[in-house]
Amino acid sequence: MITQMLFRTHDKKVLWFAFGILLAAIFVPLSNLLLSDGNPLHVPDHLVPLLGKYLSYALLALALDLVWGYCGILSLGHGAFFALGGYAMGMYLMRQIGPRGVYANPLLPDFMVFLNWQELPWYWYGFNQFWFAAVMVVLVPGLLAFVFGWLAFRSRVTGVYLSIITQAMTYALLLAFFRNEMGFGGNNGLTDFKDILGFNIQAGGTRATLFAATAISLALALLLSSAIVKSKYGKVLVGVRDAESRTRFLGYRVENMKLFIFTVSAMMAGVAGALYVPQVGIINPGEFAPANSIEVVIWTAVGGRGTLIGPIIGAVLVNFGKSVFTAAFPEFWLFALGALFVATTLFLPKGIVGTFQQFAKNRDELKVAAAKEHAYQAQSAKSAGDDAIVSAHTQAAE
Amino acid sequence: MYRTIQIFLVALCLIISALATGVRAQENIRPLVDALGTGGFPQKIEAVEALAASGDPKVGEILGYLNDGKLYAPKTGGAVFLEADGGGYADVLTGAAVTDVPSNLAKIRLNNGLRGAIGAALSQLTLLSPDRGARYAAAQDLLKDANPENLDLLNTALAKEADAEIKATMEAARAVILLKTDASFEDKKAAIDTIAARDNRDAVNILNAAFSSAPADLQPAIQAHIDSINRSLAVWDVVQNIWYGLSLSSVLLLAAIGLAITFGVMGVINMAHGEMVMLGAYTTYVVQQTISAAAPELTNFSLAFAVPAAFLVTGAIGVAIERSIIRWLYGRPLETLLATWGLSLILQQTIRTIFGPTNRQVDNPSWMSGTFDLGGMSITWNRMWIIVFAIAVFFALLLLLKRSKFGLQMRAVTQNRRMASSMGIRTPWVDAFTFGLGSGIAGMAGVALSQIDNVSPNLGQNYIIDSFMVVVFGGVGNLWGTLVGAMTLGIANKFLEPYAGAVLGKILILVLIILFIQRRPRGLFALKGRAIEQ
Repeated sequence: MITQMLFRTHDKKVLWFAFGILLAAIFVPLSNLLLSDGNPLHVPDHLVPLLGKYLSYALLALALDLVWGYCGILSLGHGAFFALGGYAMGMYLMRQIGPRGVYANPLLPDFMVFLNWQELPWYWYGFNQFWFAAVMVVLVPGLLAFVFGWLAFRSRVTGVYLSIITQAMTYALLLAFFRNEMGFGGNNGLTDFKDILGFNIQAGGTRATLFAATAISLALALLLSSAIVKSKYGKVLVGVRDAESRTRFLGYRVENMKLFIFTVSAMMAGVAGALYVPQVGIINPGEFAPANSIEVVIWTAVGGRGTLIGPIIGAVLVNFGKSVFTAAFPEFWLFALGALFVATTLFLPKGIVGTFQQFAKNRDELKVAAAKEHAYQAQSAKSAGDDAIVSAHTQAAE
Repeated sequence: MYRTIQIFLVALCLIISALATGVRAQENIRPLVDALGTGGFPQKIEAVEALAASGDPKVGEILGYLNDGKLYAPKTGGAVFLEADGGGYADVLTGAAVTDVPSNLAKIRLNNGLRGAIGAALSQLTLLSPDRGARYAAAQDLLKDANPENLDLLNTALAKEADAEIKATMEAARAVILLKTDASFEDKKAAIDTIAARDNRDAVNILNAAFSSAPADLQPAIQAHIDSINRSLAVWDVVQNIWYGLSLSSVLLLAAIGLAITFGVMGVINMAHGEMVMLGAYTTYVVQQTISAAAPELTNFSLAFAVPAAFLVTGAIGVAIERSIIRWLYGRPLETLLATWGLSLILQQTIRTIFGPTNRQVDNPSWMSGTFDLGGMSITWNRMWIIVFAIAVFFALLLLLKRSKFGLQMRAVTQNRRMASSMGIRTPWVDAFTFGLGSGIAGMAGVALSQIDNVSPNLGQNYIIDSFMVVVFGGVGNLWGTLVGAMTLGIANKFLEPYAGAVLGKILILVLIILFIQRRPRGLFALKGRAIEQ
């Protein structure tokens, strides 16, 4: 029954794609842990967290696609939600270090000791519990998105203006988190993590598990997004994207619909950040930089916005390209990224997946048209034949 | 031939006579110098004073040697020699190496009395120096470190001083010294009035310091002066804050005004706008380098060449960008945002490849460096000129839009493209030149910013968000809105800074703008009508 429901509520392609991601969640850790180095199917140790990083970026891009591709909200501040989720996870990891820090203070993280703080700020309480941190990972970005979205959508800030103020939001957070007085490690951020849930964060097993967790989260998020998009609500959302005023005139509360999707998307971004931090091992204010948020937009645009699979492919492809380029020609990465932006907007406005879909759709339409044409020709040939017979008859009658 | 020899001979005579006078002047003070090596400390102090009184330009240097313990003399007294840098001895006056020195040379030793005499002599030399700058600096040193020992010297200098500013400083220093001595009540009261007349923070500090040690019947007068100065200082603080705010506003205005055209008028979100500013700054650098290499005498006026050059360079790049990229993206503002952001990355990396990632040094011309005082605040010339420049650019642009044919066409195309096209306006070229104009103004902003900021590949990024804030806050499509937006944000920022700190102040401004946009989603000066709803 569950399978039936799955198939009814989701696109078949999305289902297969989610299935593929789940396969990766099984294959990568197993091959990393079980196969020997020489085996061609072996995934080397350094690749596991790298792939995990790509997938958490993919989750972030998917979150952006929900609001941009399906609701037309171009958020240039999604990096902020990502970073907030990351900081929530980072705070948990920081408190797991305990007395093993450089200053061996059982309660205060190193940077607080360094700044001569005497006690833990109130907002660090509870982060020694994983469940609390996990709640915060979705709650903090969700709350920020809710308040921000409530203010913005209610007063009908749309389009470009919304993009610019989301950018201002992440910029303001960037400036705030750079301050040492904020109590989040200032410039250096949070790092030097040791354990997660009692497991050594550097250990192969932990890394493999983290990768699996990321892949599973991505697959679940994909199914969730697909369910949202396929629902009636999702259809109206597309209506908001394409003709906001008309949708409003039809009686829908557009601002509430936008607020819901914006908040859900921010929570997803927060989860992405939380998965990113333990695999990369650091979170710092640089994640709030407006440029980072804009880069997420390009992943989504390259893959194809408005297609759930596109952003995932885009994020992985672009970041893989970045890894290759920055290693081989560090000078040229910015040229490549910039050219990618320009070329995508000029030549691939629908992105890779979108263009492919368009292509397939055109081909199908052509087929249908050809079939129709064929049928029509057959019909007209037949009727022509009939006419001929009729005229022959009339002639004969005369 | 004969003539050449004649000239040569005349020149030779001149040189010899010059040398002779030099030697003569040196020989005049030689006995005074040699006196440094004879007798006990009291005699040496006398010798120092005599040297200082001689007024010879070499005296300062010689006293410096003495102070550093570089002078040697025979224990029994006699000629003084200078310890040469590479070992051995040299003549004190000429600096020439000397080999036949007496065998019983010893360092001339100093005690505190002698050091004091040297210090006094040195300050006397500078206080009486014919160079105005040296005298002013000496007077200010004396004001900062008022030592009663210098009172006599100061009185001598005061009697000779003609420059009003230096004289005022010296009188203040004298007043400060008087407060420390046991002068009469009237003298001290007059001294307090003299100090209070300076009406600045230093005066408050001096009066505060004098307050506790002053006699009881003088204290109310001091307190009254302190209060009155503090009141006027508070007023000047506000004025100074407004000035700083205006200065920041003018920078914001320059950075944002080009954006007001591309974003406000054309509806194109140009994320590469900051890079146009950066290119303008680099153009200034290149122009300055070229001019100082080709025509050094024009270096001071290189900005006059840089402004049009930056306008043309960035304007041309703007036209090229519009023709190649933007024109395919009209009506899709979010796409222009992405494409121009990609472009900004490419431009940044190009500049980094050509000029390297480090800052480039652009020099201020002499007429833009230094400060001048206005009432209780000091104003730097470069900020002053940037404000003037920003206002000039603003009104020139306003004039261009309202009075020129191009401005008319531009507004026509913005308001109704198809109608404008029907009237025979070549709309594609108007688009291209409008974008070029916006970029060119950004380039001119870069010239101004190169005078106060580091010229580096990410110069533009520091201004892009602020510029967008100004345009969005002021209301799109309205130059006056941009002006008011820049002024409001700049001044608000400077008034928040003392309470919240620079970073927190900026965060507060951002949050306030985000909240403000909730109230007025179209900015302060919103255009009204249906056309904008799209």
